[in-house]
Amino acid sequence: MKIAVCIKRVPVMDVKFRIAADGKSIDETGLKFDVNDFDLWAVEAALQLKEKTGEGEVVVFSLGPDAVQEQIRKALSMGVDRGVHLKADRVGGDPLSIARALTAELKATQWDVIFFGKVAIDSADQSVGPMVAELLGLPCVSAISSLEIASGRGTAKRELESASEIVEFPLPVVLTVDEGLNKERLPSLKGIMAAKKKPLESKPAQIDGGTLNIVRMELPPERAAGRIIGEGAAAVPELIRLLQTEAKVL
Amino acid sequence: MATDYFNIDSALSEEERAVRDSIRKFVDDRIMPIIGDAYIQGKFPKQIIPGLAELGVFGANLPEEYGCAGLNNVAYGLIMQELERGDSGIRSFASVQGALVMYPIYAFGSEEQKRHYLPKMAAGEIIGCFGLTEPDYGSNPSGMITMAKEQADGSWVINGAKMWITNGSQAKVAIVWAKTNGDPDAKSIRGFIVPTDTKGFTAKDQKGKLSLRASDTSELVLDDVHVPATALLPKSGGIKSPLMCLTQARYGISWGALGAAIGCYEEALSYSKTRVMFGKPIGGFQIQQARLADMITEIVKGQLLSLHLGRLKDAGTFTPQQVSMAKRNNVNIATNIAREARRILGGNGILAEYASMRHMANLESVYTYEGTHDIHTLIIGQAITGLSAFE
Repeated sequence: MKIAVCIKRVPVMDVKFRIAADGKSIDETGLKFDVNDFDLWAVEAALQLKEKTGEGEVVVFSLGPDAVQEQIRKALSMGVDRGVHLKADRVGGDPLSIARALTAELKATQWDVIFFGKVAIDSADQSVGPMVAELLGLPCVSAISSLEIASGRGTAKRELESASEIVEFPLPVVLTVDEGLNKERLPSLKGIMAAKKKPLESKPAQIDGGTLNIVRMELPPERAAGRIIGEGAAAVPELIRLLQTEAKVL
Repeated sequence: MATDYFNIDSALSEEERAVRDSIRKFVDDRIMPIIGDAYIQGKFPKQIIPGLAELGVFGANLPEEYGCAGLNNVAYGLIMQELERGDSGIRSFASVQGALVMYPIYAFGSEEQKRHYLPKMAAGEIIGCFGLTEPDYGSNPSGMITMAKEQADGSWVINGAKMWITNGSQAKVAIVWAKTNGDPDAKSIRGFIVPTDTKGFTAKDQKGKLSLRASDTSELVLDDVHVPATALLPKSGGIKSPLMCLTQARYGISWGALGAAIGCYEEALSYSKTRVMFGKPIGGFQIQQARLADMITEIVKGQLLSLHLGRLKDAGTFTPQQVSMAKRNNVNIATNIAREARRILGGNGILAEYASMRHMANLESVYTYEGTHDIHTLIIGQAITGLSAFE
């Protein structure tokens, strides 16, 4: 079984973000980066699928500047067989142009499954995976939270707002992974050492400018301070009045 | 993001950061949720051993050919840092297994001993302990009275008692240091690999500890313990051999103590930003800011000390006296940081729900073991004056 996983380098989220001087990108000073969470679950799904079938190859792809090789090596240290770095110093914010660049590389091989994370936690477009499926003419099941694959067919579950959906599909397929499908393994120390010796090919990406432009980024407005209207039981009538007339929630 | 005021990350290789991050996540996911209870119950949480072994923590800086990860010493130090951010008892467990049991087998053992023990110890299948300290010989191990007597067939009979032995009651093998053949000189000291199920060997947990409660500490008694000739570590000889092991362990402790300090600092920092008193977070008061500023400054200084020491160790040029300075300084600042963190936490700081007081109590042991703070002071004093205060 040949399995591809596309991963994205994203900032670690437990910091206060600043907008860069150009007003339309994030200031990367002092940021730390990691593999997108959903993509880690995609890598884990790929590794489990290979382990279950007992044969095959898992290849990880990442588009971006040289720095993304660190995230590729993390996937290799988890057990992925080899990595492909699609080198582009500027990726831009147009999901379609990213999907085209990935497709140009992915179409050279007959994959059984191509995994993506459901969403990148930084840009939140949720569209590259389905677009690649469209460009390759493959079926796509998005946001899967369970997966069974056997004899050329698969079944996946998708969590909807207040229900679940079970989807059957043929291979080859593009799958995007939701939270809950698995918990990713930690790279073992031996895995980290082994990753240095695994093949990691770097080649120029064919990325067009796309048609979308990020015009401006804004931080959410500061939350207004709360208002104390009184204390104890005496304040209750006023609180109810304000909840009815001002907040209009009662 | 974790504490990195001086961008120490930029001085680490990608691989060193990857190692640190894996252990950090393991500690957050698997140790933090259980460690408070383990401490209260006074039990080492054995259930984490397979996970630590799977990651490759045990003897991580020993070569791959013996089933170990073959990491450099900075990566090894970062592992110790992250484990002790969890608890000094967890780091102690890994220190003993790696630096005090696997290391002497690696450094002083025969090829057969290495091939037999090291892969199984890396896999956590065999847990070891290190028997050097005796009830009456702590800071002066050369005075030990445990004695091994060689028999006509080359086998050995060992008699004596060891105390303060981490992992003693759960170990399958003990590295026992003993004088040999009636010779009271420290030159006669040799190391033995003693299976703990050997007749005459008993290990009893020491009760009533108020520190390192999530770690097993035992007393070993060897009463006519008869071991074959193959139990001897052939390349061990003199007090220098166990001291070489201690240098390995102390190196790890210098990093580990920083982990405890970082854990306390992060807890205190976070608390100071959310705990509101007199209408504002207590972190907004100068007195708490002074505490926090002192804490982070000492952490950064300790990080730079340990990092440079690790680079020297990797280059093969570090000295035991430098290790003494790092152990002494970093454990000392960690004890102070833990106490200050507990104070920032106010009354809540005495609860096991928070980590600072647990670290504070643990660090009193770390301050005392592996060469007390005072003994390391004298080692540094001897190194710089050329005059020994011991004799």
